[in-house]
Amino acid sequence: MSKPTDNNTMSAGGVTRQTFLRAAVGGAGVVYAAGLAYPVYRYVASPVEKAAKESAVTEVTLKDAQKLAPGSALMFKFGSRPSMLIHHDDGTWTALTAVCTHLGCTVHYQEDKKRIHCACHGGVYDPKTGANVSGPPPKPLKRYEVKVTDAGVIISRSQDRA
Amino acid sequence: MKSLLLSAYSWADERLGLEELVEFARHKTVPVHSQAFWYYWGGLSLFFFLIQFATGVLLLLYYRPGPDAYDSVRQITFDTNFGWLVRSVHSWAANLMIVAIFVHMFSVFFMKAYRKPREFGWWSGVALLGLAMVFGFSGYLLPMDDLAYFATKVGMEISNLLPVLGPKLADLVRGGPDVSEYTVHRFFALHVVVLPAVFLPVLGFHLWLVQRHGNALPPSEETRPAALRKNETFFPDFMVKDFAMWLVAFNILSVLAFMFPWDLGPQADPLKPAPLGIHPEWYFMSQFQVLKIFGDWFPGTLGEVLGMAVFTAGGILWFLIPLYDNTQEAGRRARRATWFGLFTLMALIVTTIWGYLAL
Repeated sequence: MSKPTDNNTMSAGGVTRQTFLRAAVGGAGVVYAAGLAYPVYRYVASPVEKAAKESAVTEVTLKDAQKLAPGSALMFKFGSRPSMLIHHDDGTWTALTAVCTHLGCTVHYQEDKKRIHCACHGGVYDPKTGANVSGPPPKPLKRYEVKVTDAGVIISRSQDRA
Repeated sequence: MKSLLLSAYSWADERLGLEELVEFARHKTVPVHSQAFWYYWGGLSLFFFLIQFATGVLLLLYYRPGPDAYDSVRQITFDTNFGWLVRSVHSWAANLMIVAIFVHMFSVFFMKAYRKPREFGWWSGVALLGLAMVFGFSGYLLPMDDLAYFATKVGMEISNLLPVLGPKLADLVRGGPDVSEYTVHRFFALHVVVLPAVFLPVLGFHLWLVQRHGNALPPSEETRPAALRKNETFFPDFMVKDFAMWLVAFNILSVLAFMFPWDLGPQADPLKPAPLGIHPEWYFMSQFQVLKIFGDWFPGTLGEVLGMAVFTAGGILWFLIPLYDNTQEAGRRARRATWFGLFTLMALIVTTIWGYLAL
């Protein structure tokens, strides 16, 4: 503890000892708090970082998916995102995210009604374009590029949306 | 801004009586004397417990008991950001907490701080040490590596010394005749739910007693006239120093956890032979060695039973010290208690070192 008379001793720079000490102690405290908070934050955020890495994938190959019967759909994960591959009756293919743009429920392809439906709040999407047709969804489902080969179906992030 | 804070404070004060607490803190003092250094060790024990609480919750984010236990600890240690550090801090602080409690207990013993009216402080403190050791024993198994597995296996065999009831009890605790995923689940429930639920109220009681009775004076101070004794205020004088000690403890803990990250052995496999030199944690080493010594003297179960009996009797004497060393005079009885404490301390140290040398 310094004597009270020392408290206002000016140094060359015009900073009192008390101000300097306060700043030093405060600075050390901030460094400590940061040194403590950083590893804890990174530790807690580990799965978040992992998921971000996973969803950074640009291409997924679904083996043998070319055998999918026309008029039916298949669920798969694009990175960490639930997604859906539809083989239409006319032989065309569509792949899109299966996460409702309203509140994030996983949507469902209704084969009899030929539509994508969300059971949570009754949102409906067009199975060919992903456009939101009726109900609360504010945006269309994002589509992927589809390439059908003899070995499987290659799904990739569509260029225009990447 | 300041007046807003003040009126918020007086609003809360009217309803909660905060001013009484402030008044209490203002008048609370801590004795100043040559042995005052030992007053910090209870606070240090508390500090390490708080660290255990925080890092324990962090480990709970990723730990999975049961058949996955080893794999989840492997993931924490190698696949999770700073997981090795969180685990290392938890393991190191566990050991340092036991060290701090031991230092605290022996300093209380030699300062004779267990005498009237502080008997319940002593008893709750010894209970907290016992609970901390069960915390240590149950936590040691959770990673399910080979050391954890065999240490728990051996530790549980001790219960066989209790005839008839012992083996049955051990089967129930293990969830079968052998240490298995059921044991991990049970120890996990014990470690993260049952023990904290018991520990926290006892700790609260212990701390409340400290507030109620204040710091005890060692006999050498007690004999000095009251006018010559010195005191300092708890707030802020003692508390600043207390926090400085916490900071020192935190730095030591950080350096240990960083420089010597806690190891994870190979996965437990009952079919593999026990690793050479397997031994319990240091705070069980003394018991381990006493059992071994008595086992050498009296082969068979007799030695182990005698060893356990000696340890149990010593523990009971230790626990009951406030009842037979209860006078304030520095008479023969008080001296005997001091000798008993010195003997206990020496016996613990010697058998622990002996145990490590005999590995």
